[in-house]
Amino acid sequence: MSRLPPVIQDWFAARGWTIHPHQAEMVARADEPSLLLIAPTGGGKTMAGFLPTLADLAPGGHEGLHTLYVSPLKALAADIRRNLRGPVDEMGLPIRIEDRTGDTSYTQKRRQRADPPHILLTTPESLALMTSYEDAPRIFKGLQRVVVDEIHALAESKRGDQLMLALARLQSLCPGLRRVGLSATVEDPAAIARFLARHPDPCAILEADPGPEPDIAMLDLPDPPPWAGGGAAYAIPQVLAEVKRHRTTLIFHNTRAQAEIFFHNLWLANDEGLPIGIHHGSLDRSQREKVEAAMVRGALRAVVCTGSLDLGIDWGDVDLVIQVGAPKNVKRLVQRIGRANHRYNAPSKARLVPANRFEVVECHAALQAARAHDLDGAPRGAGPLDVLCQHILIAACSAPFAADALFAEMKSAGPYAGLTRAQFDDCLDFCATGGYAFRAYDQWQRLKQREDGRWALRDPRATQLIRMNIGTIQDTDLLKVCFKGRGGKPLGEVEEGFAASLTPGDTFLIGGQIVRYESLREMVVQVTKGAHKKPKIATFMGTKFATSTQLSERILRMFEEEDWPFLPGHTRAWLQLQREVSRLPEKDRLLIESFPHDGREHACIYGFAGRNAQQTLGLLLSKRLEELGLDPLGFVATDYATLIWGLQPLTDPAPLFDIAALEAGLDGWLAGNAVMKRTFRASATIAGLINRNMPGSRKTGRQATFSSDILYDTVLKYDPDHLLMRITRTEALRGLVDFDRIREMAERISGRIDLIRLSRVTPLAAPMLLEVGKVPIDGAGRERLLETEAHKLMQEAGLNAL
Amino acid sequence: MNTYAFSLAGQNLVARPSGALHWPGEDLLCVSDLHLGKSARQARLNGAQLPPYDVQDTLARLEAEIHATAARQVLCLGDSFDDLAAFDALPQTALDWITRLQAGRRWYWIEGNHDPGPVALPGAHLARHAARGLTFRHIANPGEDGEISGHYHPKARLRGTARPCFLIDETRVILPAFGTYTGGLRCDDPVLSALMAPSARVVLTGRRALVLPLRQSRSGRAASSARR
Repeated sequence: MSRLPPVIQDWFAARGWTIHPHQAEMVARADEPSLLLIAPTGGGKTMAGFLPTLADLAPGGHEGLHTLYVSPLKALAADIRRNLRGPVDEMGLPIRIEDRTGDTSYTQKRRQRADPPHILLTTPESLALMTSYEDAPRIFKGLQRVVVDEIHALAESKRGDQLMLALARLQSLCPGLRRVGLSATVEDPAAIARFLARHPDPCAILEADPGPEPDIAMLDLPDPPPWAGGGAAYAIPQVLAEVKRHRTTLIFHNTRAQAEIFFHNLWLANDEGLPIGIHHGSLDRSQREKVEAAMVRGALRAVVCTGSLDLGIDWGDVDLVIQVGAPKNVKRLVQRIGRANHRYNAPSKARLVPANRFEVVECHAALQAARAHDLDGAPRGAGPLDVLCQHILIAACSAPFAADALFAEMKSAGPYAGLTRAQFDDCLDFCATGGYAFRAYDQWQRLKQREDGRWALRDPRATQLIRMNIGTIQDTDLLKVCFKGRGGKPLGEVEEGFAASLTPGDTFLIGGQIVRYESLREMVVQVTKGAHKKPKIATFMGTKFATSTQLSERILRMFEEEDWPFLPGHTRAWLQLQREVSRLPEKDRLLIESFPHDGREHACIYGFAGRNAQQTLGLLLSKRLEELGLDPLGFVATDYATLIWGLQPLTDPAPLFDIAALEAGLDGWLAGNAVMKRTFRASATIAGLINRNMPGSRKTGRQATFSSDILYDTVLKYDPDHLLMRITRTEALRGLVDFDRIREMAERISGRIDLIRLSRVTPLAAPMLLEVGKVPIDGAGRERLLETEAHKLMQEAGLNAL
Repeated sequence: MNTYAFSLAGQNLVARPSGALHWPGEDLLCVSDLHLGKSARQARLNGAQLPPYDVQDTLARLEAEIHATAARQVLCLGDSFDDLAAFDALPQTALDWITRLQAGRRWYWIEGNHDPGPVALPGAHLARHAARGLTFRHIANPGEDGEISGHYHPKARLRGTARPCFLIDETRVILPAFGTYTGGLRCDDPVLSALMAPSARVVLTGRRALVLPLRQSRSGRAASSARR
């Protein structure tokens, strides 16, 4: 297949459209076993992915499924179905197109299994479920092509790992299957190609013309930003002015909480009542769909949003993107900029709004990097084994399997190309017996080896439980928020920990409204409309992205310059002052400032290792300081520094930064850490130890049973080398603990530490004192604190005499 | 002091940070809701592969408490076994361990809703036990005076940490669950508020037996969740 059938060519010609070169090349290379297309947003990527399929199906006569399209968003699957239906009907092609997601009805799904359409649009989770059916070979019979959309996003998550295992399964069922990946601009196309490839075969890469350079700059702001915080309220008038000047503006924020607060403030200033909406992942689906529909109609002038709009439907009318807060990551910035102006060959327009003083520097560094096409990103490492365990159970659901064949199949998936037989056998043992050192009862056996050597489920009824728990998305610790009363309107979701901190009468922001917390009923947060002007508590806790290594390095390089004429005067003066009274951090040295402030000794450590690593560093260092008797009391971490305070001054930092000692301390500290417990819960759920959903009950597994922390503590105590503990450790080090960045920092500075003793707080350290999220040192001190507090409460209640 | 001493119906009692209740006057140690065999029952019921260490862990902690208090009498306040079949499935090592703990001690098994019949172990198997003005039973009986019960697995939250807890007022004590694999019911649940007097206290388990008021625990939570 190298040419398009006339019917398709005529359709393009009738509209006066020409086929983009990369679309034509996709058709010409339709027979490549795997092909990755990198194209900017608006480049007709999806059409490029589907053209070979349309060409194949145009003559008619294909029986059953021909092409499977997988996207990370349910909404995208439905949207593509509508967008594909139009042209296909106009061309008069005999093609059946359907979508299948978690939202598809039971009857529809049954029918699809019996009589699959030519093109099926789905998500990784729905695909995994389909491969678990006994009749999977029949469902996928005749399948020719798989199109993976937004593969750059999937490649960063366990959802992508799961998808690649499912593709390996499909490839065994349909050996001639060809794969296509559609990706936005990324820093390392080869890595995505390795992810998609059917190993050991390579995957070819096709890069489309990136289009014109975007028009990006800082938003012109008369006032300096505040010293700390992330609200960017000071920029509201200018942001509103930009919204008025453009057709449709997307206002991106890094966290949901910041988006909510900004949206609230924007409306307080929105005198003209411009239609402005809000969109983020914690809002109820119906709320989000309403905003999306209004966007498509062109009824909104602006949408305040988070990463939830990073992917998905093309908003044709967007002509400006505003990024509030430092982008933390250049690649994400570039992809967000691409959201503006989806017309091919028109430059995108974007403006940056730093939320605080340091972010002015960071935004400038990000601008320079974006203009230089210097994208960032860290290699993700091998595919996680919890996903592999789930996939073994999925395989067992469809049919008894031979271990050798399954191992070979899994090794053909990109993320698991380096899988060893020992790792695989560990996972198989975990699925079969629980993998505990203490072999207790036969009842624990989930899989049994049959006489023919194949592995099968001990109890075939287990398929129901396994199928109900397919997927890698962790939403177990979210609670729904609804207006009080029967059938109260759903507003969205908050984290369980946040809900637990609420007291009746507390007000908080969700979906741009101030609501009053009333009660928690059957795991639903009940609220009423709040009458307050100002919410009492910020919303959501949420995870924060860490500034990338590349961006941090760029900032350090910027500090080496004599002067910074491109920075606004206030920020320039601030950095000059820092240089006068102390010095600026350098790339290959570690600057530590030590000074007394407010009756306590402070040490500010400028590691530039990103928020998560600086947080971990704070925990490790405070532990060391406690051992040395320096009485640390607390610390706070940002993307560029950790500030520790205590009773004694720091005089000799060198021994603190011995990487071997830090790593040794990490082991003990990690074991009891909340990050580990959270990571364990996620991995234990994915691997099938904890069930999120139980049959015959609307309750989730979480309510029906006890805390997974107890399981963690027990396994840690009696079976510390258990597979799940090893998975948890790997995941935590990679994720929230981010020890790799600490190691990177230690290598970068290799012992060159400058301790500067000062009489008072320095310009660069001062904003740290204003940061929220201060962490009290855990240990004996915390128990003393609890005791004092319990005593105080008893006294207040008049119960202390009892 | 790591423990919390109080009196009920004229008897001096001690709430221990482990979740056990000690009655020094009678050399009696009381624990509730051991739920031995829970992981085995879960495996039997729905194929869950929970780590099979709950029996071992629960008995090890019980043994430590018996030694720490030098108790001559041990009273298990019901739901000692996750169900009667879970008892039958206990490995011989666990049965031997329990027998060893029983040697030289008077042992009471109170019936619970999970283990409503006697099991094949030495000791007195009772629906309830009364001594010197105190009554021990599995599920609290509203209006009773001097009553010690379990069943609800109460837990409370302070500074964002939820821990199993005792609930104590002038007429009754509700014990936390002692078993390793046991969930909990928030102490502000209406069922528990209805049982306890307004002046009730909460005693948290953990490293120390911290005491705080039951009714104030809401505003207390607000105060304690404020940033330091």
